[in-house]
Amino acid sequence: MDYNFHWRPVFRDLPELIEAGLVTLQVAVLSMLIGIVVGIVLAIMRMKGTAPARWVAVAWIELARNTPALFQLFFFGFGLGAFGLHLSPFFIVLSGLTFNNAGYLAENFRGGFQAIPETQMRAARCLGMTATQAYVRIIIPQVFRIVYHPMTNQMVWAVLMSSLGMLVGFRELSGETQFFASRTFRIFEYFAVTAVIYYVIVKLILGFSRVLAMRLFRY
Amino acid sequence: MIIVKELHKYFKDLHVLRGIDLVVEKGVVLSIVGASGSGKSTLLYCINALESIDSGSITVDGEDVHAKGTDINLLRRKLGMVFQQWNSFPHLTALENVALSPRIVRKLSRAEARDVAARRLEHVGLGDKLNSFPNALSGGQQQRLAIARALAMEPSYMLFDEATSALDPELVGEVLDTMRLLAEEGMTMICVTHEMGFARDVSDRVAYVHDGTIEEIGPPEQIFGEPNSEKTRRFLSKVR
Amino acid sequence: MESSLNFFTGFKFQDLLFLGEAAVRTLLISGISIAAGTVLGVLFGWLLYEGRIFASATLAPVLDVFRSIPLIIQLVLFYNFAPIIGLSLDPFACGTIVLTVYTAALAANVARGGIEAVAIPLRRASRSLGMTYWQDMIYVVAPIGIRAIFPAWVGVALGVMKDSALVSVLGYIELLKASQILITRTQEPFLILAVAGAFYFALSFPVARFADRLEQRWSQ
Repeated sequence: MDYNFHWRPVFRDLPELIEAGLVTLQVAVLSMLIGIVVGIVLAIMRMKGTAPARWVAVAWIELARNTPALFQLFFFGFGLGAFGLHLSPFFIVLSGLTFNNAGYLAENFRGGFQAIPETQMRAARCLGMTATQAYVRIIIPQVFRIVYHPMTNQMVWAVLMSSLGMLVGFRELSGETQFFASRTFRIFEYFAVTAVIYYVIVKLILGFSRVLAMRLFRY
Repeated sequence: MIIVKELHKYFKDLHVLRGIDLVVEKGVVLSIVGASGSGKSTLLYCINALESIDSGSITVDGEDVHAKGTDINLLRRKLGMVFQQWNSFPHLTALENVALSPRIVRKLSRAEARDVAARRLEHVGLGDKLNSFPNALSGGQQQRLAIARALAMEPSYMLFDEATSALDPELVGEVLDTMRLLAEEGMTMICVTHEMGFARDVSDRVAYVHDGTIEEIGPPEQIFGEPNSEKTRRFLSKVR
Repeated sequence: MESSLNFFTGFKFQDLLFLGEAAVRTLLISGISIAAGTVLGVLFGWLLYEGRIFASATLAPVLDVFRSIPLIIQLVLFYNFAPIIGLSLDPFACGTIVLTVYTAALAANVARGGIEAVAIPLRRASRSLGMTYWQDMIYVVAPIGIRAIFPAWVGVALGVMKDSALVSVLGYIELLKASQILITRTQEPFLILAVAGAFYFALSFPVARFADRLEQRWSQ
């Protein structure tokens, strides 16, 4: 093996890489937050909606789950260009991830809603709560506990998926790494360090999720 | 006062309630007995609009339960309901279970709601379980929690739907004792029940429901002592 | 008149063949990786189950790495690492190796779950009937375990099929890369993406539905 590893330039650029890691985290968190809201709406549309609403929900969910995430990103990238809509790289990644998250989360939420006995709603309504109050105070908190673990997994997926940003010109962690790597030709070194950063981000998310679960779920 | 007039109710083709007439005055404890499937639980559900009705009317303190303009959420605050399955909210402590509705429905302050809840839990003998989660409580305790939760809305009436049927035998007593306590305090109660002892000792009136109609209604001494109807006599001889 | 003609002028019949060929390459690379990865994954899963503490201290964290780093990074890393250790691999070989290991890492957990699904008392019963370890594995654990994990395995396989699109980053012309090339040339992004998306969907959706049905039927 006559390859000489050069780590120095990578360490010089480490602060920038870590900053790019924060961009990754940012877009992943944002896509999760919007994805959760949209996912709940899609789940309710699929279960209780009128026929057209149900159709929209099913189409969204099944497209998100049955096509590659990269395809979804390309669609929001140059697919929408066909209609004269050109999103910035950040919005391409954000909308692609959100579309994907919402589709997967919707199915998790649907399972969660179905696991709550009908009688919980009945009991809440008998105490004079409106349907909305009962959903917000009684049903959804219980659903969140059921979907918490799958939701954590989806968050990890969102971080991993955001690396596709480098293929649509978004300078998140992977995109930034590619930029540095192509400037110095130290591709392996840069991507090795980036791999470690991803690993740390994922472990931090899992750790944070565990601590949060201990605080949130007291029962 | 709850007045039920000529009430009919169908489940698709099944005629479950066939012309029920019933008056429950303030302060009265009414027990409804009858075989499973006779329609007695459905009657209870119609009173607080968990089920729709097909004809007839139900009024609570003069307000028509099933009329279009009725604010059912407001009306349900008057009608405390306890189910066979106690339906505790598993994500809330006993105190929070009871305090939630007073706070968000009756709009009490957080502190007031907690006060009300603590007092009600004390009342049903759960004063030492305020911060327990339902999964740490026995079935009997959870049913008493359900009673406290309903009472915290300060209802004028309490409806019990076979409140002890899902309990292990050794836990039935504590729930019946709580119901007895309420009766002694003058609460107006309608109890669908299989507990003939409770019906006889605690109620002011007992109704025997058979095939969707009230076959016979009267004071417990009459129903259990010398029923007028042969059907009542036959039913009671079977359950005793 | 002209605009309606224009819609298809950029997109020729050869292009459809080009896409078709690329689709075959997608199927090829994911088929090989799923097959090899599953075999490897079952082996790992068995090691994880039987190896207990030793395996969970060694193998488990290694497999975990492959699930905690984006696949695209794994591909770029390995593609650039291979020449360093003197391997000259084309994108196809490189992509296949990475996808296989990735599949194995995902399948290992599924396989371990399957073995665990066959409760210990049941295994004890079969062993007490005089079955050997391997007889027990083949006649008791495998049939019950496979049932328990089949839907999850289908999920893994479909995931890898979709993730195979990332091999394009190494220059391997699978379906999505081919679409990208065509889009650049024809300027028909919507049409071409729709064709590519439909292909993935047509492959994934029926299989996913089938697995759901099986899961529902088996859980009754």
